[in-house]
Amino acid sequence: MFWLTIKRISKSGLQNFFRNGFVSFSSVLVMTITLFIITSIILLGGFFNYSLNQVKNKVDVNVYFITTADESDILSVKKSLESLPEVSSVEYISRDQALVDFKEKHKGDDLTLQALDELGDNPLGATLNIKAKDPSQYAGIAKYLDDMSSGTLSTGGLKIVDKVNYTQNKIVIERLSSIVNSVNILGIWFAVIFILVSIIVTFNTIKLTIFMAKDEISVMRLVGASSTYVKGPFVISGLLSGVISAIIILIAFAVITFFINHYYGLYFVGFNLFNYYITNFLQILGIILGSGIVLGALASYLAVHRYLRN
Amino acid sequence: MIVFDKITKVYPDGTVALEEVSFTIEPKEFVSLVGHSGAGKTTLVKMLLSQENPSSGRVFYESLDINKLKKHEIHHFRRKIGTVFQDFKLLPNKTVYENISFAMEMSGRCDDEICADVPHVLDLVDLTHRAYNFPHELSGGEKQRVAIARAIVNQPDIIIADEPTGNLDPINTNDIIHILKKINDLGTTIILTTHNKGVIDSLGKRVITMEKGKIVRDDKSGKYVL
Repeated sequence: MFWLTIKRISKSGLQNFFRNGFVSFSSVLVMTITLFIITSIILLGGFFNYSLNQVKNKVDVNVYFITTADESDILSVKKSLESLPEVSSVEYISRDQALVDFKEKHKGDDLTLQALDELGDNPLGATLNIKAKDPSQYAGIAKYLDDMSSGTLSTGGLKIVDKVNYTQNKIVIERLSSIVNSVNILGIWFAVIFILVSIIVTFNTIKLTIFMAKDEISVMRLVGASSTYVKGPFVISGLLSGVISAIIILIAFAVITFFINHYYGLYFVGFNLFNYYITNFLQILGIILGSGIVLGALASYLAVHRYLRN
Repeated sequence: MIVFDKITKVYPDGTVALEEVSFTIEPKEFVSLVGHSGAGKTTLVKMLLSQENPSSGRVFYESLDINKLKKHEIHHFRRKIGTVFQDFKLLPNKTVYENISFAMEMSGRCDDEICADVPHVLDLVDLTHRAYNFPHELSGGEKQRVAIARAIVNQPDIIIADEPTGNLDPINTNDIIHILKKINDLGTTIILTTHNKGVIDSLGKRVITMEKGKIVRDDKSGKYVL
């Protein structure tokens, strides 16, 4: 009996969906727009994350060592920094490397290069470039460096750390962390509002389509249909609209992201929209198909419910 | 047996639709309710279908107090009653065949029974050739015959026909009444509301005449007197 009911309800739902072509078309259309907004927000979120990470990566703290510092001391500082959980990477630039870099940077500037030659010895010290996992963690790392540098002395009895440029970068770093936070919060609010509005529009459209069928519902009741039998076909139709819209959106976005990437890829500063869509396809599919099914079925269920009082 | 026991219906705005109406309908009876519009015929019918509750008084079917049925019991009860209305109330998205099989599906009948019974009732109302048409492709008389087929397919104890000929021409009216009579002869109680004098006079069955919410006449083999 259970399977017979399921079979009859599904058949009736599918029939209604195709026989009410125009009504089904409009619910598919509205739901497609909702899912379009949700997918756009997912992709925009991906792009935002990517660009914030790019900016975060540009920020670092540099530790300058005095010229007489032992390489082994520097490497042990590097090692202890790497063991900190906040640190994502530490790059060591030796004195020789620093000289090569300097010469490369001032290639056309004869005067500076001449002055450098006259010095005879390499005047540049080694540096460590430290990247934190999060901009807000630089303060802690700088504090750690301060504490440590007073303890590590060179053979000449001097502090091997010449300076840490955290204080100069401090303002920029702090401002950046607050921007990152506000962009995140703002983004979430925008997403929530957009998604809510589109869900409400979908609900209302489905409510209207079912309002048109309210006479039909009362006839079904008169013929002796149980509420499951009345609701079932509408829920199936709604579910089908959701699935169709989801499929449309998933295909459409493969095409859209491909072309955006192809023609406007440069504007996304290295972010490959198409690749992002493809690599996260399973998650996006889950979210979009899930939202489509839940939206369609739930909206229909709730809308029919109000006409079932008699 | 159906019993209307001192039924009064007062709407919230103070309109009195029915006042202390009592009568009994025996099994296999053919009862016509006649009266002007607003006399209370349709309100009575709605109470029998549990679509409306009386302000006071009770409606019984056998020993069942209809207006005390719980929400989930109502649709079970309605399957005992076949209904035919002036505006046909067919499902527009279903074919003639599906409109009838729908009523059988609601009663939980199996596919084999449906395949056997639907053609049979279609033949009874002479609509076999229209089985796969949609309601909007049918004439008024044909639609009403579909409604009757739907009403009788579950072999209900009672058929309520609320102004079934209101939208039909005289020839179709005759057809419909003829079919109803045939169903009554087979043992189904029929409750017919109408204000068609010709129909009542030709029937020669029990007539209950209503006026302003009250029963003014109840004749065993009555005529249309108003």
